[in-house]
Amino acid sequence: MDSMALLLASTLSAGTVLAIASLGLLINEKSGIVNLGAEGMMLCAAIAGFATVIHTGNTWLGFAAGMAAGACLAAIFGVLVIWLGTNQYATGLALTLFGAGFSAFAGIRYVQEKLPEQTLYPIPVLADLQFIGPALFRQHPMVYIAMALTAGLVWFLYRTRAGLVLRSVGESPESAHALGYPVRRIRLAAVVAGGALCGLAGAYVSLVYTPLWVEGMIAGKGWIALALTTFATWRPARVLLGAYLFGGVTMLQFHLQGLGVNVPTQLLSMLPYLATIVVLVLISRNPLWIRVNMPTSIGKPFHPGA
Amino acid sequence: MKLEMRPQPSSFWAYASPVLALLVTVAIGIGLFMALGKDPVKGLQVFFWEPIKSPYALGELLVKATPLLIIALGLAVCFRSNVWNIGAEGQFVIGALAAGGVALLADKTTGPWIVPAILAAGVGGGMAWAGITALLRDRFNANEILVSLMLVYVADLILNFMVFGPWKDPAGYNFPQTRTFDAVTQIPRLMPGSRVTIGIVLALAGVGALWLYLYRTYAGFAQEVSGVAPAASRYAGFSSRRALWVALLVSGGAAGLAGALEVAGPIGQLTPYVPAGYGFAAIIVAFVGRLHPVGVVFSAILMSMFYIGGELAQSRLGLPKSITGVFQGLLLFNLLACDTLIAYRFRLFESKPLSPSSQGAR
Amino acid sequence: MTASSTPSGHSAAAPRLQLSGISKSYPGVVANSGIALRVQPGQIHAVLGENGAGKSTLMKIIYGAVKPDAGSMAMDGQPVAVRNPQEARALGISMVFQHFSLFDTLSVAENVWLGLDKRLNLAEVSRRIVETTRAYGLQLDPARPVHTLSVGERQRVEIVRALMTNPRLLILDEPTSVLTPQAVENLFVTLRTLSQQGCSILYISHKLHEIRALCTACTVLRAGKVSGACDPRAETNASLSRLMIGAEPPALVRRVVKTGDIVLEVKQLDLAREDQFGVDLSQVALQVRAGEVVGIAGVSGNGQRELLYALSGEDTRAASGSIVVKGQGVGHMSPARRRRLGLHFVPEERLGRGAVPSLSLARNLLLTRKDSVGAGGWLSIGRLQAQARQTIERYQVRCGGPQAVAKSLSGGNLQKFIMGREIDAGPALLIVSQPTWGVDVGAASQIRGELLKLAGAGCAVLVVSEELDELFEICDRLHVMAKGQLSPSLPRADATVEKVGLWMSGLWAPAPAAGSAA
Repeated sequence: MDSMALLLASTLSAGTVLAIASLGLLINEKSGIVNLGAEGMMLCAAIAGFATVIHTGNTWLGFAAGMAAGACLAAIFGVLVIWLGTNQYATGLALTLFGAGFSAFAGIRYVQEKLPEQTLYPIPVLADLQFIGPALFRQHPMVYIAMALTAGLVWFLYRTRAGLVLRSVGESPESAHALGYPVRRIRLAAVVAGGALCGLAGAYVSLVYTPLWVEGMIAGKGWIALALTTFATWRPARVLLGAYLFGGVTMLQFHLQGLGVNVPTQLLSMLPYLATIVVLVLISRNPLWIRVNMPTSIGKPFHPGA
Repeated sequence: MKLEMRPQPSSFWAYASPVLALLVTVAIGIGLFMALGKDPVKGLQVFFWEPIKSPYALGELLVKATPLLIIALGLAVCFRSNVWNIGAEGQFVIGALAAGGVALLADKTTGPWIVPAILAAGVGGGMAWAGITALLRDRFNANEILVSLMLVYVADLILNFMVFGPWKDPAGYNFPQTRTFDAVTQIPRLMPGSRVTIGIVLALAGVGALWLYLYRTYAGFAQEVSGVAPAASRYAGFSSRRALWVALLVSGGAAGLAGALEVAGPIGQLTPYVPAGYGFAAIIVAFVGRLHPVGVVFSAILMSMFYIGGELAQSRLGLPKSITGVFQGLLLFNLLACDTLIAYRFRLFESKPLSPSSQGAR
Repeated sequence: MTASSTPSGHSAAAPRLQLSGISKSYPGVVANSGIALRVQPGQIHAVLGENGAGKSTLMKIIYGAVKPDAGSMAMDGQPVAVRNPQEARALGISMVFQHFSLFDTLSVAENVWLGLDKRLNLAEVSRRIVETTRAYGLQLDPARPVHTLSVGERQRVEIVRALMTNPRLLILDEPTSVLTPQAVENLFVTLRTLSQQGCSILYISHKLHEIRALCTACTVLRAGKVSGACDPRAETNASLSRLMIGAEPPALVRRVVKTGDIVLEVKQLDLAREDQFGVDLSQVALQVRAGEVVGIAGVSGNGQRELLYALSGEDTRAASGSIVVKGQGVGHMSPARRRRLGLHFVPEERLGRGAVPSLSLARNLLLTRKDSVGAGGWLSIGRLQAQARQTIERYQVRCGGPQAVAKSLSGGNLQKFIMGREIDAGPALLIVSQPTWGVDVGAASQIRGELLKLAGAGCAVLVVSEELDELFEICDRLHVMAKGQLSPSLPRADATVEKVGLWMSGLWAPAPAAGSAA
């Protein structure tokens, strides 16, 4: 029973990383821009956050640093893609490759460092309940922030005029431009917001999830977050659920190892990646689902006429 | 300052853009060296002079460039077809794995026929791995970027499993590696005293083959159209499914061949360090080379200089080797930015109003 | 910039809109040069000009989407500077676009809301939509997602959106290209109501009879300059045409029609739509004989696209025997195989489908012609260049040579090249979709002449077009496509605008039993 509760708790934690990053990418893609640089942004944010905490001892500053790193890189990406009209996929890849190189380079002197174990904030009363107490209510605040973020995004996108404008830009930038909306600035705002969230997720990895720094420690979570937005057909609530699902798959491997299941560790480590492929196949089989939900202008360049 | 579309794409900038990108990268590099307290002149020397200053150095350059060039040639076909194979690294690993498997079959009595078999195994392994991506895209419309990338992680884990488990060298003191391959499996060297193998010859043959394919064959034309204008491709009656498979199988096979050449060449055994990131670096090589067979040769050499420079920077300047990754990423960023100049022109001032009677350019 | 308090309808007062000296250039082309325009309050003012004359650019300047290089604008006597569409709307200028600015996945109300600047909420907007549609006799459900609407209904959303801003100047850009003749009449009623209420209307069109029926003033643009102003009610088609292109419309030589065997026969073609936004085809039947020109009229969105995909081979799901070319069932054949049988096709999208924009004209020949492909798939570059040069000369294509990239050509010239490519293949059957859409008058008449010449040489020609005038000019027989069904054939002599208009709503008598020719 206890181990199940622990599994649930760690699932929420693992899912939080994916959720926050994927929600950021969702904001991006709602405006019509695909940022393949998620992995690179998360890596840079991870080292930025880690280094900040090493030097200042303040975790929240670390998170802020991570967000700033993500936002900066996203801004560079945004200017290139939106104003100079560079190919979105190639530029995103460039961001990932650069981010991987830069984070490895900047992180050299932090490899041996360690951070103090993060305090969890057990919610009074609720945390003492049988089973669900340790499972759900003894978490780092970021877990709850992720849930609040999801709810906030649902409200923003579907209940406010600003959210409608964002969706319309992703649907048809030409029409939005003809109506007089500043399409490029809206897209840049979406890209930077997305980058900030990816940065937050990256910082969470190096500050809370596994509080240390290793080259390449994001290990593909940025890519899985990208897959998640497609899998969730660009709906925030589904993103959160999908993130927890993937978190669960990731945690499953440790759980199974703990149970003494006789499967080679490498095979178990493959689970999240294989799960991503399976999920992509399942969701892509029906082009109708995608067509109806996908922001129509994704990936296509936009050039205002005059 | 505004961007204005050119009436015709500028062919001057099509060639000058990579050069400008390189210059900007160098400028940033100089700034980086100075910020880190290192002598920028020594830095430039290490990256641009040392790798070419002696025949031996040139040989090492070619050794590094060979896998980059081969993979990039395959990726050029792929990207021109608008198929985004990001998993060349995984195809490289599986090719190396397959080649290593064949190499392990060799013993003292095996003849030199094993070398072509090794290479064929590499090509086959890479093709099979890329084929998975092609199948999932063809049948289920799954995005090839994400699938091929996930398969990179899977490929690394498979390699890991094999060298930690079934293929581990029993006499290897429990290190995760296979035994060293028998001498007969060695890819033949081009000349004694240098590590350059016939791989470079294969690569250059690939350059010629790609050029002919793209510019002188109907099949190459069809492949190109499928990438650039899918509606026109459908109108002409070209099969977009065939274009997808050709793109992935060619790039997978090329990556697998590069893996085989590395593993049966310089490395000589299978270890967890076989994946060296060539599959990703080759993406940059392909773009900086403008997806053109001859351009890719130059950019492969350039990227090899970055690699070797990075290693030298570690020993000579005390900079971490990972600085290579920084420069490579920067180069791609700058190239993408400079490419804007091909289609657009910068206007510093707002266009002057014309008098009502003037005609303007016509 | 405040709204003038001058009561509407008094033409002694300042004009509602006055432009002087408006000029705008783009790299390589002068779009507008020294344009002067005066629109009185309550006037329906036509802006007439052929494709490429500069009408759209001028409208975008008035609407604030484009900044002019020179010139000034005044509304109700006050000088104004419109820097963006929001400022235009604040001044009471509203625009109904030719290519709709709508968002498919959003509802009608959301689409309208995005076009309004006031701080209304969605429920208010829905209510106002119902009021407005009732006031003008239009039909529209605010909750429906736009992608479920027909083309005519989508235009209504655009119009309602414009009306709800209480415009003082309404600009309509080529509004009738997507309407049946009856719907055009309804639109005119709405516009006349508006004008009586004092709103000025700028009506952009190249359709002479419409302008003469609706408008009370007209400014004619030619090659970016004003070539004349008049009252269309006092003009004839010939005089308007002279202002528009400097000459009367070229008369096409009526030819003697000699028909031969049946080349194309479509029998009971049923085809489910490919995607959810498409149209199902139902029991489509037609015949085209060698030497005749058969036309298919109809507003786009009624199944023409699906029919053309099935005929060209881009869609191979049709039953094999439902499409028969020279006696062979081709329903499952690829485009390449159909070309070998002599079926050639010119699609309505030139850049991206008929030609690859970034490739040279010479290479674009390879899309449908394999003359320069040798054994083993080797290309003979020399032969390819020569072939391209021949096509360019024969069809008077103005371009930079065989190496010019397709997207550097003007619409008319590219269309001439693509036509030439297909005609020179010596087809037994040529299918053409929207042959002169977006093409200047000179090239358009050249293209129509080529089609007639081709038919005279014994080729079977099938033309799909939204322009009734064009079909009346060149076709021997007409069909009408409506809601995925094809009407029986109508000989040219019996075809009138009224009858065709009626048929466009699907109101034809059911075809006689299968087997009897039209």
